[in-house]
Amino acid sequence: MITKDYIITAAEGIHARPATNLVKLTKNYSSLISIKKGDRTVKLSSLMNILSLGIKGGETISIIIDGEDETSAIIAIDAFFEEELKHL
Amino acid sequence: MTINGIGVSPGITIGKASLLKKQEAALSGVVLANDADITIEIEKFNNAVALSVQDVETMINSYDQSQGKEGLEILETHIELLTDPQISEDVTEKISKEKKNANDAVIEVIADAVQLFTNMEDEYLSARAADVQDIGDRLLRNLNSSIPDTTTTYEADTIIIAEDLTPSDTISMDTTHVAGFATQVGGRTSHAAIIATSRGIPAIVGCGITLTEIKDGDLLILDGQSGAIIINPDQNTIDQYRIKQDNLQAQNNLLRSLKDTPATTTDGINIKLFANIGDANDMEQAIGFGAEGSGLLRTELLFMGRDALPDEEEQFEFYKAVALKAKGKPVIVRTLDIGGDKQLPYFNFPAEQNPFLGYRAIRICLDRPDIFIVQLKAILRASTFGRLKIMFPMISNIQEVRAAKVILQQAKDELSKAGITFDKNIPVGIMIEIPSAAITADLLAKEVDFFSIGTNDLCQYTLAVDRMNEQIKELYDPYNPGVLRLIAYVIDQGHKNNVEVGMCGELASDPKATLLLLGMGLTEFSMSAAAIPEIKNIIIHSDLTKAKQIHSHIMEMDSSTAITAYLQEITL
Repeated sequence: MITKDYIITAAEGIHARPATNLVKLTKNYSSLISIKKGDRTVKLSSLMNILSLGIKGGETISIIIDGEDETSAIIAIDAFFEEELKHL
Repeated sequence: MTINGIGVSPGITIGKASLLKKQEAALSGVVLANDADITIEIEKFNNAVALSVQDVETMINSYDQSQGKEGLEILETHIELLTDPQISEDVTEKISKEKKNANDAVIEVIADAVQLFTNMEDEYLSARAADVQDIGDRLLRNLNSSIPDTTTTYEADTIIIAEDLTPSDTISMDTTHVAGFATQVGGRTSHAAIIATSRGIPAIVGCGITLTEIKDGDLLILDGQSGAIIINPDQNTIDQYRIKQDNLQAQNNLLRSLKDTPATTTDGINIKLFANIGDANDMEQAIGFGAEGSGLLRTELLFMGRDALPDEEEQFEFYKAVALKAKGKPVIVRTLDIGGDKQLPYFNFPAEQNPFLGYRAIRICLDRPDIFIVQLKAILRASTFGRLKIMFPMISNIQEVRAAKVILQQAKDELSKAGITFDKNIPVGIMIEIPSAAITADLLAKEVDFFSIGTNDLCQYTLAVDRMNEQIKELYDPYNPGVLRLIAYVIDQGHKNNVEVGMCGELASDPKATLLLLGMGLTEFSMSAAAIPEIKNIIIHSDLTKAKQIHSHIMEMDSSTAITAYLQEITL
């Protein structure tokens, strides 16, 4: 299992468009991928769940990945948070 | 009769009203009898999902790219929502455990989700309730084929009047005939508003219940700028608005055509028009408006709305992103300007009697060099990715400038020692926003490469007026001869000492002030990006000789009322 924290740098937080891309990305992996904010953990495969966390810019979230392809999944998620979310 | 709402997409439209009514699906109250029924209802739901996804995919395939990419992105989000495992799980559970039919299960699950979003504090997220409702309506239409889709064709110049418009209503709207729309609910960030702006059709949202006064076929004037809807206007009013409409059109064409025109006066003086920005996005947008750089990057955004100070790496990425988006154009980075009214949750500010005269901006930075040096190192590192300049805010004396430069040197030394590259000659400047700094501009000029006049604070401090105080707001007046003289003095001293002078306060974007500021010798104006075309249009029609005469004339006037009246007259 891999757990990694990210600080959301985009001032507007995670909005519908990046969240949609994040869900699409998750579908490429068989591992169970979850996102945690505060004490709420939800599956990353649900756009509803991600949006319902109401993630704002500057907040810290954790990504938890568990499964066979977790190492390749974390690379893709890293790249997502590093690049995509920053250039919104 | 006139109705007022929030104008979200500017432009004037005159046309006939068409009311959009929705048939709502109702709860049936059916209780499923056995497992076979449960299997059938789950199957029905899955079918409805598949049909709905097909609907949206058809919309995506036939999507006209020239209408802007916003609509496409919304549709892709809708596919994700339709196939969302959480929604599917909740609906299936309601069917199997609570023995509800698919129709009732969908209505309830969607209603809960809509409620969840509506209650969110964040304005943007709360507006997403409309997307959830939209996919819910689509699922229900496909579950009960008796509810017709609302897609219809309209006559030319139709103005749609609706309680609310779902994002797909707006996207599938035939904009060759629909000339505008108005809704009872909604705000600036609703998808309907976003789509209207990207398609350039006038729109008004949030009109409230009075919108029901409008009947099918009523003649309407819709002013997407002011947010006014005039119902069945008389011929005189129609004529007036036709003229307004033509002027607006001509003006828009002109301003758009100015984007790539250099801001040069008729006698050949080049003026720099910069944008005030908050992040890399703003920089990109500003270039679209013809900005030649940024005269003010506010760095507070990076520090606010979070639990801890951003580290050097995070700050570096932020400045780097801006530098890259600026594509070699200059960007003036203002160092941390917090305190006063801008508080940070993780930084303990002492309670103050007069926060605007207190512990803020450079005063905090010089008191806490540990915080300041992190920012300076991050800016220096980012300086290899573009043309960054550093600007210190709230300078009141020369010792502060020297102290800040000592810390900057220390930051440079640390980077050099670590073998990290940066722009060794990065220009350093200060904000002129405190009267003592303005009056000693000749002295300060010896320590810096540039000045930027912050007219908002300069005005407030010079006139001893709290601009937030309603009772005395009349006194807050940048045209007060005292303020104008200070500004003129700073510009003059800058030129005499070979220091560039810019202005990043509100006065820079005030069309009344443009000629006067040109006459004072100002060559760099920084403002909100959207104001650039209008100011540019004034500059390219002005000459410096005339501007100088205007300046001399105004310096002899003793009241701001006379000054503004005169400026108003010559600007028209």
